Amino acid sequence: MVAESADRFSTEKRLAAINIIIAFAALAVGGLMGVFQVLNYNNIDLYPAVKPVLPGGYYQGLTLHGVLNVLVFTTFYIIGFLTFIFAKSLDKPLVSPAMGWATLGVMATGLLLAAVPLLLNQATVMFTFYPPLKASSLYYIGLTLVVAGTWLLLLNMVLTRNAWLKANPGKKTPLAAFMAITTMAMWTIATIGIASEMIFLLIPWSLGLVAGTDVILARTLFWFTGHPIVYFWLLPAYISWYTLVPNHAGGKLFSEPMARVSFILFLILSVPIGIHHQVADPGISEAWKLVHATFTFVVFFPSLLTFFNVVASLEYSGRKRGGKGWLTWIFSLPWGKPEFTTQVVAMLLFAFGGIGGLVNASYNLNLVVHNTSWVSGHFHLTVGTAVALSFMGITYWLVPYLTGRHLWSRKMALTQAWLWFVGMGIFSHFMHELGLRGMPRRTMIGGAPYVLDNWKLLLPFTMIGGLLMFASAALYYFNIIMTISAGKKGYNEPVPFAKALSGPEDTPAILDRFTPWLAVAAVLILTNYGPTLFNLVTNARLNIPGLSPW
Amino acid sequence: MRDNSKFVGYLFEVAWILPSVAIPIVLFVSVVITAFAVGIRVPTDVGRVDPQALAQTAPFDNPGIREMAPGVYEATVIAQVFMFTPNSIEVPLGSKVTFTLTSRDVVHGFKIEGTDVNGMVVPGQITKVTATFRRPGEYLIVCHEYCGGGHQAMFGKVIVK
Repeated sequence: MVAESADRFSTEKRLAAINIIIAFAALAVGGLMGVFQVLNYNNIDLYPAVKPVLPGGYYQGLTLHGVLNVLVFTTFYIIGFLTFIFAKSLDKPLVSPAMGWATLGVMATGLLLAAVPLLLNQATVMFTFYPPLKASSLYYIGLTLVVAGTWLLLLNMVLTRNAWLKANPGKKTPLAAFMAITTMAMWTIATIGIASEMIFLLIPWSLGLVAGTDVILARTLFWFTGHPIVYFWLLPAYISWYTLVPNHAGGKLFSEPMARVSFILFLILSVPIGIHHQVADPGISEAWKLVHATFTFVVFFPSLLTFFNVVASLEYSGRKRGGKGWLTWIFSLPWGKPEFTTQVVAMLLFAFGGIGGLVNASYNLNLVVHNTSWVSGHFHLTVGTAVALSFMGITYWLVPYLTGRHLWSRKMALTQAWLWFVGMGIFSHFMHELGLRGMPRRTMIGGAPYVLDNWKLLLPFTMIGGLLMFASAALYYFNIIMTISAGKKGYNEPVPFAKALSGPEDTPAILDRFTPWLAVAAVLILTNYGPTLFNLVTNARLNIPGLSPW
Repeated sequence: MRDNSKFVGYLFEVAWILPSVAIPIVLFVSVVITAFAVGIRVPTDVGRVDPQALAQTAPFDNPGIREMAPGVYEATVIAQVFMFTPNSIEVPLGSKVTFTLTSRDVVHGFKIEGTDVNGMVVPGQITKVTATFRRPGEYLIVCHEYCGGGHQAMFGKVIVK
């Protein structure tokens, strides 16, 4: 049975494998840079030791940490995972394997181009590359290609779904495939911002074709993509939590229609809220900042729907396995299963990330935390745990599936998950607290002359947390490498899709369509971004020359 | 029996959805009250300035602190790699200070620890932020936006006596 499906889906499986290998190679280097940073926070400076490969020291390492972890690791993993899960869920290979390879080819070319200036210390501008910090043009061109490559996957998915609908009239797109397309559609709309910033502002400027740039226009285009990118990271984890984790738990998804509603709300609401990242920026009116903050509160709603639906699915599973009581059913869940436990502990920390996110979005309350280490603490819970730890959890069944070999050590995998949970819990808690005490993010604290006494008390805890995560990551990589090279052969399980208690038969047709929702999304983007962007574009002044002061 | 369990299911859904709607509404109301009744405002669009002509453009031609009325001050600060000009500002206890900021080169940050002052300082743009200093002592000003290799050395202080 696996042999047969291996043939039909060989392209998707190979694409998934290659993308995920690139992703985890990036995470290995990016994660190591994170360890360097927490050590620097505690006056242990390892950068001189690696000066030949890292001439830029702390800030080059920090740029690599951000770019490799949140741009390269996430994007490659997501493209690989969605390609695979989409095709398996639809039970239909991509209509164009060539386009599938082109997706990877364009992305990998972009990565190689961007890697050159990153490693040569010519792009030490962080993953946000705020102008007028000026990097080598190769960095901007490379990142643009990585994004452009991802668009091909959406096209391939749409063509494949159309062919599937023709062959299956009246049927609803299977849930995981529907969610995969929704994610890629949201992302493709969102990337209009970053693509415009790159093509119209940063690339011509870095090539010397125009003398300067407009900083606020560039930042606004960046955050047009920069907020929805967090949902681009998160939604693939949600796809796993909705369509796979209930199966790992031994139960079913509580409600498919509710899951679709939540994804459609993300499609509509992810983009028109980006200005809440620019609350502290000049040049944008406070009225539009308030509008975007308000819509950000609205997007909290689909996350709460997800929370309800996923926890209800877990409760169903716990009770089915003999669990009783209001909360004690939790103990009946299969905590010995790595692919389950890893993702559920990721969800636990994500709850705190979500609450912190509300603080960030809260307009004037944002002034307390903006650009402090609170924000770093926040996104280490979201992208650094909800996303990254879930992605690791997925590989605990996906790597066996792709290689036909059993996971080398389940105990090691469970230890890894809990170590990450504890390490990140400590690290993130103290980063939040340090932020409330005014410690800036993205700063070489080990070299700062102004470190306050009430920061010094807490900084050692960031190192403890960071070292625990380092240990967790080491266990992860060791276990996966051992699985691939020495895992017991004969893994023969199907992709663990969950059935739903309330499934496709309860799903109204409107929840399997895209056009009406895309229309709503377009209207909201026009109303929420239209006036600000019109104003910024018509008044644009490309007069800021820029600097590379590192 | 089955119908009954469905009904209980709906009750649970409603019990979840009502707070899910109520929480964002409460947050929105809190934000509006604190911003427009209490007066905790965020930076807004107050105009542009040519960073190459700061020496000829008021108030940036004369950075420093000026008393506008008793207890009301205006501080003009220019950010550049890796310093604030001026980097030390002294005001009497209880002063209300409006900071008018811009950058000569790249994007910088301006956060005064222990206050609501938190703004981005952007070349080509003017940022205005206000704080009232109600306790004596030294307040740390940090540049909280990565601005290059010496970013960690970019700070200043407000001395309240």
